Amino acid sequence: MTKVGKIARRTFLIGSVSVAGGVAFGTYAYRKDVPNPLLQTLGRNEATITPYVKIDADGITLITPRADLGQGAYSAQAHWIAEELDVDPHSVRLDPGMPDPAYYNGAVAGESVPFPAYDTSWMAENARRFMDVPAKLLGLQITGGSSTTPDSFDKLRMAGAVARETLKQAAATQHGVARAALRTKDAHVILPDGTRIPYTALAEVAARTSPVTDVTLRDEAQWRFVGKRTTTRTDIPAKSTGTFEFGIDKKIEGMVYASVRTNPAFGGAMVAFDASYASKMRGVQKIIPISSGVGVIADNTWRAIEAVNAIDIDWGPAPYPATSDEMFASLKSSIAPAFRDSRNKDDGNVDDALAHGKVIEAEYRVPHLAHAALEPMNAIVLVSDERCDIWTGTQIPGFLRTHAAQLTGLNETQVFVHVQPMGGSFGSRLEDTYALQAIELAIAMAGTPVKMTWSREEDMTHDYPRPSQVGLARGKVANGQVDTFDLSIASPSVASSWFGRLLMAPPGPDLTLVAGAWDQPFAIPNYRVTGYRAPEMVPVSSWRSVGASGNGFLHDGFLDELIHAAGADPLEERLRLCHHDLSRKVLEAVAEMSGWAGHDIGENRGRGVAFTLSFGVPTAQVVDVTNTPSGIRIDKVYVAAEVGRVVDPVNFEAQLSGGVIWGLGHAMNCELTYENHVAQQTNFDTFTGMRLYQCPEIEVRGLENGDTLRGIGEPGVPPAAPALANAIFAATGLRIRELPLNKHIDFV
Amino acid sequence: MEIIVNGTGYNVDVEPDMPLLWVLRDELGITGPKYGCGIAQCGACTVHLDGVAVRSCQLAIADVDGEVTTIEGLGTPQALHAVQEAWIAHQVAQCGYCQSGQIMAAASLLAGTPNPTDIEIDDALSGNLCRCGTYPRIRAAVKTAATRLSEG
Repeated sequence: MTKVGKIARRTFLIGSVSVAGGVAFGTYAYRKDVPNPLLQTLGRNEATITPYVKIDADGITLITPRADLGQGAYSAQAHWIAEELDVDPHSVRLDPGMPDPAYYNGAVAGESVPFPAYDTSWMAENARRFMDVPAKLLGLQITGGSSTTPDSFDKLRMAGAVARETLKQAAATQHGVARAALRTKDAHVILPDGTRIPYTALAEVAARTSPVTDVTLRDEAQWRFVGKRTTTRTDIPAKSTGTFEFGIDKKIEGMVYASVRTNPAFGGAMVAFDASYASKMRGVQKIIPISSGVGVIADNTWRAIEAVNAIDIDWGPAPYPATSDEMFASLKSSIAPAFRDSRNKDDGNVDDALAHGKVIEAEYRVPHLAHAALEPMNAIVLVSDERCDIWTGTQIPGFLRTHAAQLTGLNETQVFVHVQPMGGSFGSRLEDTYALQAIELAIAMAGTPVKMTWSREEDMTHDYPRPSQVGLARGKVANGQVDTFDLSIASPSVASSWFGRLLMAPPGPDLTLVAGAWDQPFAIPNYRVTGYRAPEMVPVSSWRSVGASGNGFLHDGFLDELIHAAGADPLEERLRLCHHDLSRKVLEAVAEMSGWAGHDIGENRGRGVAFTLSFGVPTAQVVDVTNTPSGIRIDKVYVAAEVGRVVDPVNFEAQLSGGVIWGLGHAMNCELTYENHVAQQTNFDTFTGMRLYQCPEIEVRGLENGDTLRGIGEPGVPPAAPALANAIFAATGLRIRELPLNKHIDFV
Repeated sequence: MEIIVNGTGYNVDVEPDMPLLWVLRDELGITGPKYGCGIAQCGACTVHLDGVAVRSCQLAIADVDGEVTTIEGLGTPQALHAVQEAWIAHQVAQCGYCQSGQIMAAASLLAGTPNPTDIEIDDALSGNLCRCGTYPRIRAAVKTAATRLSEG
């Protein structure tokens, strides 16, 4: 409570605070006893609040600080607050808030955002290993690692409860009745005589009321939104009528339009450019050199893109192998002691087991992949001597603010990041290159807002992709069972590449290299997974489900090979090997859903099963395919995932089936290949993902056997590729060990 | 140049080869149609030209020879088109960026083919890319809308 003055200057108070004639509620003291080793450097007096509820005469605003990339995070956060506050999430304002040290440190002190102690997501696991990473950096707001639900579910309901009880206390004081005698409904406090007082009318009194902190969360029997199929997302009506404003739709008075081209060979310089033609094109106002490239300011986005494409540019070379073949050769040669990064799974004695008898060997490959969110990256920036305002969709507003301060020479307190709703991300907005380029342009256009939009081609060639990976696998079977499993995975380090751009230098192994492989719940007598950190090559980043996105295919694909070699049933042998009860239950669930009776389901048909535990979520999938005369058709997918509790059944199905479609579509159809250091796939004609005609029927089941609440944005992805490849094997006898699968077989 | 969008006439002073999409978005401020690819591969820019779905990113303004309808003109939050109603009922949208185009493509399909088969739905909508993977609900919503429209 010693920082009240400081906080007051930020218009936030511990508990509740006046905000221009209203009140804001937060969560605070009840959080302080949550232990987290990462937070030891965070001063106790920095445990300020995160206000989630603001009420003034104009209405009620719920603060939803986890970014909405399309996964429904704003709506989910609003419903959790509303579950206790008794307001209609569809009729209040939602605001993502602004990144601010006081604002976010409170969240950290409260519940270690974004790394709750029980979170086993890749970011949390890595962060725990980077004990010297400044805790303050982790205090900044990040959305990722399927962490929003586990992080926010209790915290936001508590915020709603504190606000509700404090509003009741305000009414109790005002009317001389006991708080316990009051009820709340539909944003009103109801007096014993039935009089309804709107929350908005209580805001000023509530601001002078000591916040009520001894609240208990409602029993689930009282829930109206959580777990109900009647709960609907707040954003969908606007998204169905063209009235939802994405970042790319935003307009700031007086703004100009811009686009850029930078060296498509990452890290390469711009040697020279000739804009003599472009500068004369209609609407072009200015040509501005930026880092590794050049931008055009025009009076219309199309004119800016046309003009920037008309600039003749001489690009310098990039500091990494020029072609995909060279990159894969580099990966393969990285499976060597000098590159060894981790061996966290080493059961039994693999070397002894493989020293004799029949050893099964296989090489697996997955390609680089672009995020290719449908909304191309964009940002609006206004820079003046006093401040820098940035309107953009981002998962890392705090880091963006830091980078913007460095670029503009302003203090961080003079940088304002206005997070915009996003037309997809899939991890691409854990980077901020596009926003920094817009800042560079805005510095040259000081006083004028600049809206910078990447062309699709610029987006595809400047996306930090998922890395390619090589897996060398060896194994043995004995007595009809899987006996030995040895997987060596080589990949550039996503954590190293990404943390590097965030100006952090993480020591220690990068478990994203082996995520989805080293951490699988199988009791194989001799079982080893080794990660090798290959040279970086193209800078890489997190792509929906990160390391597990490729490792799921490597691990489960080879496991399937061994099971077939053993002559065992693919599902029964996985179940026999699985030592984790929650994981067994998802396998049993897909067995029941699909009526599993072996992988042979008829002539020219095949059935595959796969399992990956990622982000703490055991996920199993069964895929049925038909081998038609013109190619493979995916008939049906059954997927089950264990998440502790399905807090929003309708959105759960959407996220899980969306993850399956993401996994299948890229496994079938997508790769980035490189020539002359540059990605060759620059648009959706050559990088399609899945289209409607290829989409199978998907049956989804959420299991609630565990004690821990988990997020579901990513775990559907990793088992999709191996389940499909295993089904293709069952249907055709063709074992495909390389993605995309369409390099080896046609799809209809 | 004159252009009619959602029943309103506009005079626009742009080069004849500017795609309709950018006239709508940056000149007229009608932002329901989205830019996704610029080469008619994703369908996010889909609008109706005299009721038929077209990719506005590949339609030069000089070639616009009919009345344009965008998602904003199809229906409004207060007066939803049957397709929009079905999209909401089925909770289709995730990020929502492609959905203006999906809805316009579906509305165009149903205007000409009131009771489409699965294959007809696939054929009509496979040019509209959804990166989030909302396809199962798109299929379901199209069928609901078809039923609704045929019931009048």
